[in-house]
Amino acid sequence: MARQTTTGQRALVTAVAWGIGILISFPIIWTVLTSFKTEATAIASPPVWFSFDWTLQNYIDVNTRSDYARYFMNSVVISIGSTLLGLAVAIPAAWSMAFQPTKNTKNVLMWMLSTKMMPAVGVLVPVYMGLRSMGLLDSRTALVIIMMLMNLPIIVWMLFTYFREIPGEILEAARMDGANLRNEIIYVLTPMTVPGIASTLLLNVILAWNEAFWTLNLTTTNAAPLTAFIASFSSPQGLFYAKLSAASTMAIAPILILGWFSQKQLVRGLTFGAVK
Amino acid sequence: MATQRAHKAARLMISPSVILLLAWMIIPLGTTIYFSFLRYNILTPPASWTGFENYYYFLTDPAFIPALVNTLVLVLGVLAITTIGGILLALLLNMEFWGQGIVRILVISPFFVMPTVSALVWKNMFMNPVNGLFAHLFRAFGLQPVDFLSTLPLLSITIMVAWAWLPFATLILLTALQSLDSEQMEAAEMDGAGWLSRFIYLTLPHLTRSITVVVLIQTIFLLAVFAEIYVTTAGGPGYASTNIPFLIYNLSLKQFDAGMGAAGGVIAVIIANIVAFFLMRAVGKNLEL
Amino acid sequence: MGQITLENVAKSFGEVEVIPPLDLTIEDGEFVVFVGPSGCGKSTLLRLIAGLEDVSGGKIVIDGSDATQASPAKRGLAMVFQSYALYPHMSVRKNIAFPMKMAGIDEAEQKRRIDSAAKALNLTDYLDRRPGQLSGGQRQRVAIGRAIVREPAAFLFDEPLSNLDAALRVGMRLEISELHNRLKTTMIYVTHDQVEAMTMADKIVVLQAGRIEQVGSPLELYRNPRNVFVAGFIGSPKMNLFTGAAAVEYGAETIGVRPEHVSVSADSGKWKGRIGVSEHLGSDSFFYVEDTGLADAVTVRADGEVAFRHGDEIWLTPAEDKIHRFDKNGDRM
Ligand SMILES: Nc1ncnc2c1ncn2[C@@H]1O[C@H](COP(=O)(O)OP(=O)(O)OP(=O)(O)O)[C@@H](O)[C@H]1O
Ligand SMILES: [Mg+2]
Repeated sequence: MARQTTTGQRALVTAVAWGIGILISFPIIWTVLTSFKTEATAIASPPVWFSFDWTLQNYIDVNTRSDYARYFMNSVVISIGSTLLGLAVAIPAAWSMAFQPTKNTKNVLMWMLSTKMMPAVGVLVPVYMGLRSMGLLDSRTALVIIMMLMNLPIIVWMLFTYFREIPGEILEAARMDGANLRNEIIYVLTPMTVPGIASTLLLNVILAWNEAFWTLNLTTTNAAPLTAFIASFSSPQGLFYAKLSAASTMAIAPILILGWFSQKQLVRGLTFGAVK
Repeated sequence: MATQRAHKAARLMISPSVILLLAWMIIPLGTTIYFSFLRYNILTPPASWTGFENYYYFLTDPAFIPALVNTLVLVLGVLAITTIGGILLALLLNMEFWGQGIVRILVISPFFVMPTVSALVWKNMFMNPVNGLFAHLFRAFGLQPVDFLSTLPLLSITIMVAWAWLPFATLILLTALQSLDSEQMEAAEMDGAGWLSRFIYLTLPHLTRSITVVVLIQTIFLLAVFAEIYVTTAGGPGYASTNIPFLIYNLSLKQFDAGMGAAGGVIAVIIANIVAFFLMRAVGKNLEL
Repeated sequence: MGQITLENVAKSFGEVEVIPPLDLTIEDGEFVVFVGPSGCGKSTLLRLIAGLEDVSGGKIVIDGSDATQASPAKRGLAMVFQSYALYPHMSVRKNIAFPMKMAGIDEAEQKRRIDSAAKALNLTDYLDRRPGQLSGGQRQRVAIGRAIVREPAAFLFDEPLSNLDAALRVGMRLEISELHNRLKTTMIYVTHDQVEAMTMADKIVVLQAGRIEQVGSPLELYRNPRNVFVAGFIGSPKMNLFTGAAAVEYGAETIGVRPEHVSVSADSGKWKGRIGVSEHLGSDSFFYVEDTGLADAVTVRADGEVAFRHGDEIWLTPAEDKIHRFDKNGDRM
């Protein structure tokens, strides 16, 4: 384990690991490459790898023809809006559960987790009908709220596990040092919790960005985010590989980059703190 | 008194979350249960009470048994691929090699790809029988290209979904692996345990809890696979790739039968709760307060 | 000033009464140590004084005014925690400045106090580091520095040295004692290390299950333990306690004699036994004598030059005037 490996072994492992890594991410790599090809090169047989005339035309086409910006903005509003709203509701809850635990805290947490288990499809009909009667189908408001409710348990849990790592003695020390609740929050709690809150935010933006059940079923045009935009390539547009690739690349790039930064938090967030 | 006031404040701070989630759980679920007892077509509103008729029709629908089987096959297939693949990948990534950080990024990337993108990329650019990469590959070996989504729809969807979830399993198992005490390993080595026995007697038991968590959490999500089917096969051909969520979607929003859709929804909730029960026990055990 | 009086102070957590009503007066400038076995309520009592827990009954008076309902910040006390409880995101300077900032003390005065505390505690070179970059002993000093600058009415310490290694512990013990001599501020110090208790305290409070067993100066407790519990708790190694025939001889239920008050001989004495384990420390020798018919093993402390070994036969004689007698209730007779 902690043992020195020989250079030969290391080289072998390196080759295998890189091979598998590239294989697994190949669909992404291939999509990005294809997005810079012309439609003709994109379907060339045998496939062309790197030696083609790189073009940005697909990106321009997708942007001009299909109003990509609107979908993108919807994705941004829905994912960030729902996460911020969720944080606003969850921070006080997680805070009090972590620092003022009662006999019921564990039960409340477990119950919150259990709401996450409810399959969306089980409530599709009433949610759809309810929104329709309120005129909220295909509205960002509805999606922000639903996405917030979907992710609220995860947000509470993640925050809870971060907050719980702050030793209670530090807060008591602040109290002894003369800090009132407000100062305790401003000078001690916030600086110590910001990293955890940031990770929570990141992971939940990712989850909301990629959510594709409610977004597909509750939107048509106005509030449709990128998941729905891509779904519109379903057929026969999807046969324009280069354009499909450009649209896909734009849809996944921002979240891919955020995701790389949130690897560690991902584990904690998605396992409800069971694996750290 | 100070701490009593704090307790009151605590309750006040928890209640918005609790009330919201309670509402989110009770109102739609209650309505679903109510609808499930109605003959209710969305397009021709007046609904009428039918008792358990919707359940009867849902459970005897020619699509129900295939959908149930497909759901199970999909869940179990993806679970098998991702846990076994995840353990192997985690073991590999836990070794020393050059460029660990980059390889890690390569391996986890698929998890961040939205389901509609991954489904369309696989469908068109890989599995298309004419221009897909697999078709090129088959032709290069002199074989007849396969039309994956028409002839092997469920397998194709299993592959797409497994691709998206493999990184999740890998990442969690890798995290667990890294917390394995290396002194314990060294002690076992001193005791003469070989590579395989160390894996079986130390590594696997250490990973058991993480594997349980991976299996249960994935199950929750896999029972709800929707977008991949929606954009690729639309459940077909026939019912060959229809799972329970897609069936319910079809009944409610395509055939406008809200009552039967709701009955299906209730059944989906029951199935999910059985899984949830075990997940909660696994997670709850780790929650010491 | 720093006189603290507890009147009938009691504490229950739910149904469980952790501290039955007790009275205690701590005089201004005193160094008071709370000792007792783990879980006996030392920390709880300290936290009641600090205001971090609410009392379930009784009154806490600080310098003549009722502080029972006052918030921790208002009591004018400073606390040093076992885990140090430094703010990890602030430099040492900011950590020390924090209580002054909260009290609204002006910058110049803050700087003056920080500098003088840093000098007294050897922290001058570390003022711009984060707590994470300090050793355990340095962190402890920062925590003390943060307490000093407030110029509190009293310092509260909850096992402040338990996270340090043995050598550092001795050093910090001396520093805290020196600090007390210099500041002459009331200090309340919780520990279960009885060497700390004996060496530092003006007054020791022995607690058991939330009750005060005895209050007194270290030597008072050593010489005249009020009951069997205190007798067994104060002193190291522990006092030997015998019941049965040996005790009846002295007209008591239980008798106790400290290891240092038993003399040894190879051929004559009061009790005969055989040496089980012998420990030779150079300055002293400790013998654990078995087969005496008194107790499983009798601990004896002798001069370092005394050369008995495992298995040797040995005669023991207690110093008659150092024998402690206790009655059926365990109280001193
Ligand atoms: N918040 C609490 N809720 C319930 N019981 C508590 C709480 N805090 C302490 N106790 C109980 O009160 C008793 C006294 O605890 P306390 O921490 O004062 O002991 P201690 O003497 O400081 O022990 P140690 O030497 O181990 O620190 C223990 O039995 C403990 O279990
Ligand atoms: Mg304690």
